[in-house]
Amino acid sequence: MGSRSFLSRLRDGDEIARLITMVFAATVVLITLLLVYELWTDSSLARAKFGFHFFVTRVWDPNIDQYGALPFMYGTLVTSVLALLIAVPLGIGAAIFLAELAPPRISDTLQFFIDLLAAVPSVIYGLLGVFIIVPLMRTVIFPGLNKPLGFMPFFKGPSYGVGFLTAGIVLAIMVIPYIISVSREVLLSVPRDQREAALALGSTRWESTWKVVVPFAKTGILGSIFLALARALGETMAVTMVIGNVPTISASLFSPGDSIASVIANQFTEATGALYTQSLIALGLVLFLMTFVLNGLARILIVVTTQKGSGVPT
Amino acid sequence: MKRLAVLAVGILALGAMVWAGQNALLINGAGASFPNPIYSKWFDEYHKKNASIQFNYQSVGSGAGIKQATDGTVDFGASDGPMNDEQLKGFQDKHGSAILHFPTVLGAAVPTYNIPGITGALNFTPDALAGIFLGKVTKWNDPAIAGANKGVNLPAQDIIVIHRSDGSGTTYIWTDYLSKISDEWKSKVGKNTSVNWPVGLGGKGNEGVTGLIKQTPNSIGYVELIYAIQNTIPYGTVKNSGGNFIKADLASVSAAAAGAAKDMPEDFRVSITNAPGKTAYPVSSFTWLLVPAKIQDTAKRDAIKGFLTWMLADGQNYAEGLYYAKLPKEVIEKEKKAINNIQ
Repeated sequence: MGSRSFLSRLRDGDEIARLITMVFAATVVLITLLLVYELWTDSSLARAKFGFHFFVTRVWDPNIDQYGALPFMYGTLVTSVLALLIAVPLGIGAAIFLAELAPPRISDTLQFFIDLLAAVPSVIYGLLGVFIIVPLMRTVIFPGLNKPLGFMPFFKGPSYGVGFLTAGIVLAIMVIPYIISVSREVLLSVPRDQREAALALGSTRWESTWKVVVPFAKTGILGSIFLALARALGETMAVTMVIGNVPTISASLFSPGDSIASVIANQFTEATGALYTQSLIALGLVLFLMTFVLNGLARILIVVTTQKGSGVPT
Repeated sequence: MKRLAVLAVGILALGAMVWAGQNALLINGAGASFPNPIYSKWFDEYHKKNASIQFNYQSVGSGAGIKQATDGTVDFGASDGPMNDEQLKGFQDKHGSAILHFPTVLGAAVPTYNIPGITGALNFTPDALAGIFLGKVTKWNDPAIAGANKGVNLPAQDIIVIHRSDGSGTTYIWTDYLSKISDEWKSKVGKNTSVNWPVGLGGKGNEGVTGLIKQTPNSIGYVELIYAIQNTIPYGTVKNSGGNFIKADLASVSAAAAGAAKDMPEDFRVSITNAPGKTAYPVSSFTWLLVPAKIQDTAKRDAIKGFLTWMLADGQNYAEGLYYAKLPKEVIEKEKKAINNIQ
């Protein structure tokens, strides 16, 4: 192969295909770099004025030109983590059912609906949140949790219906289809031999699923979780409709809050003054950093777990 | 083959339309979204009368309108709040000439609430509104509210404040009013398109605020008057500087502008919240077009001046049909003279 001349490879089309696809791949890198460059240069004023204080300041007040990212970072993290806490067990459980236990006809029909859910625009989920989840939170879930558990800071009132937990639940509903879809594919791609070997050794169906198939597919399932996390971190519209839009840091899950994506979408168009606009762009940079760091952690987690021998062939 | 021919004719026709469009003088503007419906109507009607002039307006928000006008990327801007001195200086430094404010129509913000069992319009004194939004008046049966609503059975429930989460001209009007009637509000919070609210929840847009209020018992918020009228949302009256409780409507908002007309500064940068006048609604405001005082392109200059003249005469007749309050005569006369300052 290596001895073939460049010209003959060009004639075969291999070289052309390689070049074209390489350009496509390079575009992705280029767009990312451009994005970072823009966020960096357009936030220079805010970075110069606030520096690292930006990360620890709680005040966001356009009238005194004082801006801090902390409550927004907190809101973004808390809502995303809550979403994952709800969505991961549900999503993976559903994926196991669809891939391993359900008859193919049911599995395929359900998969159709799940794909449909994944394609629903986020504003629709926001409406679902506003009209169903918000009233439910205020009238049923909050009183139900506050009465027995109100002594804990997480369940302190008052509840307005909107807040961290409401946003977390709406986000969870939004990301569950991703987790199910990807996890199901991964589970289905586990070789038959693995299952048959486990069954031949005398394990029950559940044992073969839980102890052989799921560990084998662990990397892929983790991948689906991080896809979901990325979506939750950046979600704007649905969050802004149900989070309450008040930059607060509170341990209570029922407290209203705000997220980075939400405050940018809310305030950017009417922001006057250079420092105000630049602080919003700096928030965008912070969100980018958070996504970057979390993705990095995800990579490390995947490398570490696969080295421990999860059954993935090396 | 036939289909191909039809397609070719279609493309040609489209091309001709684009060409014809380009042939007209195109004037670009950007800014406030609140007056967008009437601006669209005006520009459309004006184009019908003057086929050679085409206005293109993008409702990107007041902040962006000021910014784009200053950068010179549009021929004119539009804003719900007047430009401040620093912004005016920024324009002057960049262009070597000033930018002028032209009031076009009026808007207002109204208090709307949801208290189970209460259907009539509540009366709000300035002290009550400031107290509620500062988080100092916390119960509906507080004397500050009850005193102005004799005979209404106000509940002993916590007040839940709802405000706008997005930057907006409506918030500017509301906070401008609160700054005028309460020193504490002025020093602690101030006026802006978005502020650091002492209490409450945020909803995105008029519809977001209304949605939250409808769902949350014992809540209060503020929405744009037009939005309240069009969606038949009940709202309360506000006590004006003349001591009367005024329900906002097109007439009482125009009256606020008339009350302020006597002391109108030459540059029209005036706040008419808490305006004098017995029938004036106190939470009212102009919305402005921002036009550079020096326009090099004579064709564009004449077109903009022509439009402004038309807007102050025939254009005003479209206002009430779209639920905008008209400019009072005094302001129109003053503006007509100011058009000559565009050179």
